[in-house]
Amino acid sequence: MGRFVLRRLLQSVVVLLGVTLVVFLLLQLVPGDPVRVSLGTRFDQQTYDALRERSGLDRPLVVQYLSYVGNALTGDLGVSFRSGQPVTTIVLERLPATLSLAVTAVLLALLVAFPLGVLSAVRSGSLVDHAARVFSQFGVSVPDFWMGIMGILLFAGVLGWLPPSGYVALTDDPVGWASHVALPAAAVGLVTASILTRFIRSSVLEVLAEDYVRTAEAKGLRPRVVVVRHVLRNALIPVVTVVGVQLASLVGGVIVIEVLFAWPGVGRLTYDAVQARDYPVLQGAVLFVATLFLLMNLLVDVLYARLDARITLR
Amino acid sequence: MSGAAVPSPRVAGDTPVLEISDLTVTLGTRNGPARAVAGVDWSVAPGETLALVGESGSGKSMTVLAATGLAPRSATVTGRVRLLGRDLTDMSGSDRRRWRGRHVGFVFQDPMTTLNPVLTVGRQVAEACEEHLGMSRRQARSRAVELLDLVGIPAPGRRVDAHPHEFSGGMRQRVVIAMALACEPALLIADEPTTALDVTTQAQIVELVADLRRRLGTAVVWITHDLGVVAGIADTVAVMYGGRIVEQGPVDAVFVAPGHPYTRALLAARPRPGAAGEELAAIPGAPPSPLDLPPGCAFWPRCPVRGDARCAHELPPLVPLTPAHRVRTFYPAAAAGSRDDAAGRPAAGSRPAGDDPAPSTPEDR
Repeated sequence: MGRFVLRRLLQSVVVLLGVTLVVFLLLQLVPGDPVRVSLGTRFDQQTYDALRERSGLDRPLVVQYLSYVGNALTGDLGVSFRSGQPVTTIVLERLPATLSLAVTAVLLALLVAFPLGVLSAVRSGSLVDHAARVFSQFGVSVPDFWMGIMGILLFAGVLGWLPPSGYVALTDDPVGWASHVALPAAAVGLVTASILTRFIRSSVLEVLAEDYVRTAEAKGLRPRVVVVRHVLRNALIPVVTVVGVQLASLVGGVIVIEVLFAWPGVGRLTYDAVQARDYPVLQGAVLFVATLFLLMNLLVDVLYARLDARITLR
Repeated sequence: MSGAAVPSPRVAGDTPVLEISDLTVTLGTRNGPARAVAGVDWSVAPGETLALVGESGSGKSMTVLAATGLAPRSATVTGRVRLLGRDLTDMSGSDRRRWRGRHVGFVFQDPMTTLNPVLTVGRQVAEACEEHLGMSRRQARSRAVELLDLVGIPAPGRRVDAHPHEFSGGMRQRVVIAMALACEPALLIADEPTTALDVTTQAQIVELVADLRRRLGTAVVWITHDLGVVAGIADTVAVMYGGRIVEQGPVDAVFVAPGHPYTRALLAARPRPGAAGEELAAIPGAPPSPLDLPPGCAFWPRCPVRGDARCAHELPPLVPLTPAHRVRTFYPAAAAGSRDDAAGRPAAGSRPAGDDPAPSTPEDR
């Protein structure tokens, strides 16, 4: 198992190298000159050349890339064109906001999807089941930003219960954080909840049809024991993957929601970096998200082996 | 009526372990109701082994599943079922669950799928003891070790914590048997327990069950399509076709003098030692769909005797050949002489019906 983790980490490094290459080359193809953007409309050739040289953009591409990767290995992702701050610092600063939003959204989603999905499968064909299916159909069809806008209109506008946007750090003011995170987390969480509800429902239904569930029933176990001990243990193994992937994608991918709610997370950072052609920051953010994805997948695989004795990690 | 009509010498006065009367199971399917089991009666006495024989889809498994309350949700079950004298059909769902779990053990067909992959075998054997015998987790665990030892699993003290995938098919089926015997049930229901195993392992499992039955005095209902197994272990046999019993009686009587054309065809279709190279006598045609059962005898379309229009339109009653041996046909073969017919090739199928000794019997009812 230790060896498995080590090997996977080494593989991850290779994957991340690939990611840096793709991102690096992609950004070369994007039209727009970062130096021009950062200087605004009025500048002289001398300033332009100086800045170009200072950011290393005058060097050949290969040199630029190799020095970028070399520095990245030591944790140095370069400095922002715009603010001059180290990219690593900028990204890490945004981490708490993004993580707290993603984790809250996934927890909310699980809180809804788990009981709903299980109940919907165990009582398939019942009213609960129909309601759950309507809910998840609705959730997967409606984009999260629309849910966000509706949430702002209703809870911030009409009812005035929650702030329409903004961020307060959890460590500064937990209550303030909660009131600010509620709307964006609900908007993102609803979509995740719908996906999870469907997935949990079908996974539980599949396991309910297994022979060993009939065996458990034949033994005369209480229905609750059959469901909890025999059905859920098996049905939730694949759910772990989906939750892991959802969480990982939320950490990197809630750009629209973060912009909509003025949430200073990695998504918002990515958006701003694109707007400002701040390549070092953009590269850093993408690299960071890719790393999180890989780690999350590794975590899911390790969890898998813990949940299912048939799987041995080599 | 009722299963008491199949007396086993040992029953006399005893309460049957399981008594099924007029059991009918209708499954709701996409294509309408399917009558999987119709008017089935039988009973098993303490210590007795009843073999339930028939092709796939003949209703054997559905009979015992429905009787014990394990039928699928779409099934409508009517009839009466008594387990150790208590009427299961009158009980609440949870009473039935407890009564069944305490007194009936099940061994299902495929040990690869009947064990839960994520729980240790010990846990799976022990949980019934916790549920029904009020044992603590530790007591149940040591009981599980005893049971694993009883069914011949080597090093049970160590293997008790292993997961099912660490066992071979035959060993898994032993685990399933240990699980079924956990609460020392009065009845063991074995639903084709050897079908999924290789031949050597099959013999071991059959022997194990036979041995345990002798030692524990458990009654057994053995569901199978393998007549070879039946001859070795069963006291009585009930042959099912199209959801009905077509022949039932003591195993010797049924094997020596099968009264129903279907039973005869089944016996003829058995591979026999010394007959290598000969083509096996298959029964032409396919069993009827439970969605579309003929009004008369369900076997009529495939029957080599093919009496007359009566077979097609009228359901033959179960008639006694001897007090213990009953047959559902208008043309029961004369008891003794029919054996050669049965063992021979199904030449009877091509012969005109008049050749059959059957017409001498329509004094049923």
